[in-house]
Amino acid sequence: MNPIARFVKKVSILFGGGRFANELDEEMTFHRAQVEEELIVGGMMPEAARYAAMRQFGNATKLREQSHEVVSLRGETVVQDLRFALRQWTKNPGFALTAILILAMGTGVSVAIFGFVDAALLQQLPYASPERLMSVNESNRESPRWPLSFPDYLDWQRLNKSFSSLDVYSGSGYLLRTPSGAVPVQGERVSGGFFQTLSVRPMLGRDFYPGEDRPGGPNVVILSYGAWLHRFGTRGDLVGQTVDLDNEAYTIIGVLPRAFSFAPSGNAEFWVPLNKFSPHEKMRTFYNFWGIGRLRDGVTAQAAGSEVATIAKQLQQQYAITGRARSASVVPLSEIITGDVRPILLGLLGGAGLLLLIACVNVASLVLVRSESRRREIAVRGALGASPARLVRQFVTEGLLLALTGSLASVVVGSGLMKLLAHLVPKDMAANMPFLEGVGLNAHTGAFAAALALIASLLVATTPALRLSFQKVRDGLADGDRGAASRFWRRLGANLVVVELAIAVVLLAGAGLLGQSLYRLLHVPLGFDPNHLATVKVMAPDSVYKDDEQTVGLYREIVHRISILPGVESAGISSMLPVQCNCNTDAIQIQGRPFQNEHNEVDERHISPEYLPTLNATLVRGRFFTGADDGSRPGVAVINQVLARTFFPTEDPVGQRIADDEGGRPSVWEIVGVVDDVREGPLDVDTPPAEYFPISQTRGHYFSLVVRTRQEAGALLPVLVGTLHQIDPDLGVSDEATMSDQIEATQAALLHRSSAWLVGGFATMALVLGVVGLYGVIAYSVSQRTREIGVRMALGAQRSSVYKLVMRQAGWLTGTGLAIGLVCSVGASLLIRNLLFGVQAWDAVTLCCVALLLGLASMAASFLPARRAASVNPTDALRAE
Amino acid sequence: MVTGMAKKPDLLPGTLDMLILKTLTRTPLHGYGIALSIKRFSDDVLTVEEGSLYPALQRLLLQGWVKAEWKMTETNRRARFYTLTAAGRRQLGIEASQFEQMIAAIGRVMSDTQEA
Repeated sequence: MNPIARFVKKVSILFGGGRFANELDEEMTFHRAQVEEELIVGGMMPEAARYAAMRQFGNATKLREQSHEVVSLRGETVVQDLRFALRQWTKNPGFALTAILILAMGTGVSVAIFGFVDAALLQQLPYASPERLMSVNESNRESPRWPLSFPDYLDWQRLNKSFSSLDVYSGSGYLLRTPSGAVPVQGERVSGGFFQTLSVRPMLGRDFYPGEDRPGGPNVVILSYGAWLHRFGTRGDLVGQTVDLDNEAYTIIGVLPRAFSFAPSGNAEFWVPLNKFSPHEKMRTFYNFWGIGRLRDGVTAQAAGSEVATIAKQLQQQYAITGRARSASVVPLSEIITGDVRPILLGLLGGAGLLLLIACVNVASLVLVRSESRRREIAVRGALGASPARLVRQFVTEGLLLALTGSLASVVVGSGLMKLLAHLVPKDMAANMPFLEGVGLNAHTGAFAAALALIASLLVATTPALRLSFQKVRDGLADGDRGAASRFWRRLGANLVVVELAIAVVLLAGAGLLGQSLYRLLHVPLGFDPNHLATVKVMAPDSVYKDDEQTVGLYREIVHRISILPGVESAGISSMLPVQCNCNTDAIQIQGRPFQNEHNEVDERHISPEYLPTLNATLVRGRFFTGADDGSRPGVAVINQVLARTFFPTEDPVGQRIADDEGGRPSVWEIVGVVDDVREGPLDVDTPPAEYFPISQTRGHYFSLVVRTRQEAGALLPVLVGTLHQIDPDLGVSDEATMSDQIEATQAALLHRSSAWLVGGFATMALVLGVVGLYGVIAYSVSQRTREIGVRMALGAQRSSVYKLVMRQAGWLTGTGLAIGLVCSVGASLLIRNLLFGVQAWDAVTLCCVALLLGLASMAASFLPARRAASVNPTDALRAE
Repeated sequence: MVTGMAKKPDLLPGTLDMLILKTLTRTPLHGYGIALSIKRFSDDVLTVEEGSLYPALQRLLLQGWVKAEWKMTETNRRARFYTLTAAGRRQLGIEASQFEQMIAAIGRVMSDTQEA
């Protein structure tokens, strides 16, 4: 008979109801009846004949099963097994639920973190052949990636042979005139081929025409999809209309597609061609433009890098540019976009992986204990004729069902977590992480989840099967579960628990170190008091505040009007808020000292006289600025302690003079005071030298207002905005926030906080799982040894020695787990040392605390079973079974 | 594993199917009849664990080598009678010749050992 006919027959038997079984039974019964009759005829007693017939026939159940197997489809027993497995669950819902929950959590967390890793590190950028897109910039010894000056860019573009196109972009802000007043908006100035290099075409309208990016080119602008959507209500006839940016009319020529994003520009809404330059932007030493290039076919990033490095050196010689030796940096654009989050994501993925491992180990040991408690059942089924293969299949089916249900649940958990975590990323940061859009369930995360499900299934399904094949059925029937067979499980279970505890230690140590890093980070000396400070960014339109007198007048007016508001102690102005960025730097020389081309880079801030006192910064020497330090007087400067130590280690800096190029003009500033270091840059970076100039001597149209309040600073923010608009409705006012919120929202704080919380969460779960695992092993071992303990006590053992017996076992397991874990955690912490701040990977305090915590938790977990063991009544224990 | 009662020599593995087929060449029989027939024709040497006939019969049915139908016995009881099919006859030929080859081969080996 051919296979198809055989299959049809099998199916017809399967769906023939009980007919097959009934017929088989009838046939067998007939057979036995015939034998019986014959024996009776031969003179045997009926009773004896019946037994003899049965003996002669053999094990009917087993034979029936064998017959079934012959005609059964493979799937049929699977269905039976599944049904049996489900019955097992309903009989013992606690076990199934626990195992599924643990699996779902462990796998779900891993899937979620992998979703981010995939979106950030594995998925390609949304441009054509993104692997050929490079971030192309200058570099020098101190800064691996340094922007280009515009003249340098033009020369690089002309001289290089590695790139099919090379473009630059530079962030900028505009004041957009709207019916409800001026609104500051983010823009990006780009060279003409920028979108072509990215291979992005506007969704509506057109790209820039060649030549539109030459000086004197037309005022045209391409809108981002977001701007089109939110500011212009997706008007179809928008192309060709004009918008008012900084009091100039710009013609809208296009709208970018929805999927377009360019992470370095964040949420830039207005894209204009680079055709207007400030005087210093024309200088070869004013570095304000970031480059991107598309590699020609067959050119590697390295080759391109060395080519442009040569060009950079040539240009430096040709134009006799002093300072640090120039080189070039050519790195994949993807690296720029995701470089910051890579170590964090990989660290988190590692943590999630460990958690998953613990979860699997935990479920495996749960399944083991369960199979142990079913030894009798297995033995009985074996004796009734179930073949070992059939028994193993039953357990495999149960394990698979468990693992699959857990994995399905984990997909739900994972996608939920992904949404939650993506949602937790603050908007400002999310704008620079366009890959967050790609986080979610997709082919990659799906495949990853499937792979995890497969591993979990294998683990959960094979553990008890392995266990079964080591065991003789007869042992299971023969005695009440002591002896050699259970030693196997005891040893395996114990080893698993050691693994769990060790992993828990690693995660706890990681969480401890990250937590300490976060604490240290949030407690670095700021040099000022961040509480009760309200801040807001202000942009004054160039067209209104044309001359210095008007601009300085505006500063005075703002400070005056804000200072007299109720609840305000003082107010000051700075070109840049502290704790944000060590940008806006200046190259300085000390007057009267020989200058050997060294590059002395310092942070440069322009401040009003009230600014440093408003921050509660500490004056170390000399004086702060006064209202008299204005444009009519010689330049003055306040420096920070680092600058004083760096450049005036032995002398008194007050009275010395700093020379620099201020706005393209050589300028000299006399140092009048030294302030204790105010942290201008990010929390996790050492404070560099900093200089402060009076804003009324430098001027600028973009600045921040800092206000010290008597009460909670947040309450004052709307009043600040209102007052500024009263002063001039055309002022662009944005980013109002308290100083504390500003600091909390900085990248350094967020990254450290998120990693500390996430790893902390992992560690908590790991601790719970590990300790529960330990409890399980000890409790199981105590229940196995009840009889032995009873004998010991009957022979005179003290309760205390029973305690000791149990606790010694727990202590040994915990100790081993701790020792292995501590060693591993030093290694693991070294891997995440990039994420650590102010604490070493082998920080003894953290490790001791972890050891103490885990030790205490473990002792508590094993104390319960120990007490149960010690309260065993010897008579009962001996009589049991 | 629980094994059968092994008082007499076990059947050579794989020969049960052949024996059943051969038995059925004479006349259609029910399971008990097959067991009885094998026992008689072998002068009580070959005893099958009687129950194991039934999985084997299912196998043969599934292969299409035998047919089964419910009939009445002489003692007027319902029993399932198995009949050899044409395919079964062919299969018996194949198995018998393989078996003979094997027996002959075993015989040659055994006689050779005795002479040496």
